[in-house]
Amino acid sequence: MNGFLMTNAPALLIMLPLIGAFVTPFIGRISPRVRSAWVILIMTLTTLTALLLASDVFLNGTQIYVFGAADPDLAIPPDSGGIPIRIIFTVDAMSALMQVIGAITGFAVLLYSISADRIHSGLESFYTLFLLMIAGIMGMVSTGDLFNFFVFLEILSISSAGLIAYRIDGGLAVEAALKYFVLSTIGAMVILIGIGIYYGEYNALNIAVIASRMQFTLLDQIALVLIIAALAMKCGSVPMHFWTPDAYSMAPSSITAMLVVASQASLYGLFRVVFTLYNVTLNAMTVGWIIIILGVLSMVVGVTMAIPQKNVKRLMAYHAISQTGYMLLGVGVGLAVLGNQPLMESFGYIAMEGGIFHIINHAMYKGLLFLTAGAIFFRIGTYNLNKMGGLGHSMKYTMIFFIIGALAIAGIPPLNGFASKLMIYESVFAFNPVLAVIAMVVSILTLASFVKVFHSIFMGPKLPEYETVQEAPVPMLIGMGVLAAIVILFGLFPQSVVNGLIAPAAHALADQSGYIAAVLGGA
Amino acid sequence: MDLFASLSTGTGYWNPLAWLLATVVAAVIVYLIWRRGESGYKKGTAQTTPFISGNPEPAKGMVHVRASNLYWGYLDALKGYYDLIVPAHTGVVNDYLLWYLGVTAALIIVVVVFV
Repeated sequence: MNGFLMTNAPALLIMLPLIGAFVTPFIGRISPRVRSAWVILIMTLTTLTALLLASDVFLNGTQIYVFGAADPDLAIPPDSGGIPIRIIFTVDAMSALMQVIGAITGFAVLLYSISADRIHSGLESFYTLFLLMIAGIMGMVSTGDLFNFFVFLEILSISSAGLIAYRIDGGLAVEAALKYFVLSTIGAMVILIGIGIYYGEYNALNIAVIASRMQFTLLDQIALVLIIAALAMKCGSVPMHFWTPDAYSMAPSSITAMLVVASQASLYGLFRVVFTLYNVTLNAMTVGWIIIILGVLSMVVGVTMAIPQKNVKRLMAYHAISQTGYMLLGVGVGLAVLGNQPLMESFGYIAMEGGIFHIINHAMYKGLLFLTAGAIFFRIGTYNLNKMGGLGHSMKYTMIFFIIGALAIAGIPPLNGFASKLMIYESVFAFNPVLAVIAMVVSILTLASFVKVFHSIFMGPKLPEYETVQEAPVPMLIGMGVLAAIVILFGLFPQSVVNGLIAPAAHALADQSGYIAAVLGGA
Repeated sequence: MDLFASLSTGTGYWNPLAWLLATVVAAVIVYLIWRRGESGYKKGTAQTTPFISGNPEPAKGMVHVRASNLYWGYLDALKGYYDLIVPAHTGVVNDYLLWYLGVTAALIIVVVVFV
């Protein structure tokens, strides 16, 4: 049984949320309670599968799964002419890490959502789209096939757009979803053109095959730009970030927390393309600097735009953009020195580890912050900071969770944000001190911004209009508590997390030959 | 795996548990100093009400400093920057698309021409 589970875990990771999604509307007809139990069951099984698969990948190395083959390991059938003709999932340490992020965040968000969204109608559709979103994320980070990546990207975009529009909100949410959908669709079409270029050139869609044949021709250069620009836009990088505050602020808070992970799946795609598909065939310094510049712009514009915001979710959305900048900066520095082994050993790997560590940290603390914003909205019905105040008297646990998230995002020790930012600061300083200084200044501005938010929401006397406000319901607190616990634990034991999860992921990302060998068997 | 290992940053180390220990020691010292302070402090008396030159205390809702009143100095100092950056966020999807296509075009020039 265990062997069957382990062998088929990559497929189960997609199958479970997909089946769960399509059955949810029928289950929902029985009763809301049964529907909630069903969705929790599916998400629990998906999370367990992700954790099981991740433990196997971190212990035994990259795992592949060939759909439709007699043996799931049979990447190249004997009569295929040496080409992997089927869809292959290639789960290396980087993919496994992203699966863990998606699963844990999804699980915590679902616990929260069961309570937070129960007052709304149309929940069958809501949870169907939620599970499709999970399937899209899992597929994007698992697949070793570029066309398949496009398909899961579309599943993710369509389900996300539906969820952003879910509350309608006088048409504002629908408008935000439309903006997101237009940009996502055009971005996905551009990605498809890039994939078509690879297919025309190399007669393959499998990432490992294309990587093994990569020539970095003029067409490859154009395909590279088409894909990295589209994925940078999808992950909310400045100056293509404009959809982010609109979509993040109008979606239900539980969905906003998942949109953070969805953006990170696009970030994963960007890193996968530059490291696994191209690696040293491209001019690493130039492309590395492109990613670094996008990262710096995201950090600075994100945080400076956050400070004057009055809507707490728009403010947090701009901070999400800013934090994405740190990830781009760290991994961009790693890319810039890729191929120079002494520099990689000196600071390149640490920079990549810092950037990747920041991905998981950001998913946890930003997810937590969006959930606290949702809890506040649940009780007082507004996101407007000017209308808030004194809620620390009545929402003590929510306030504590907010403090944990806010200190983590500002990089205050001993929380997880500090650990990953420290790795980024020190490694980036070795590459270019000015970049490190900018990163530190952005952290200070982040702290300043969250001091404002904390004061505006929780400090001051209890306001007359909020005399009767109560603490958030227990299931919402549990959802926030799960993420807060991870924020603290990752902060207290950072080296264990780096050794166990992050360093293998960074090395897997940089190791193109290992990825190719896992699929093609060293061919 | 050593659970309590220090985080290696390439050029330095960071041990959050050592930091936590130092924080606890500092908190104990602060507490000891606090204990030596004035013990005649009485809650709920005139000692705890704000002194506003003898004027009556305003209603609670009136004394809370709202979000819009924070950081006005910072925003004023960077007015030139914000006058440029805020209007760029038009909220119009056509503009979003133009930015995206513009960046793509610029990157194609950089990668294809300069690489």
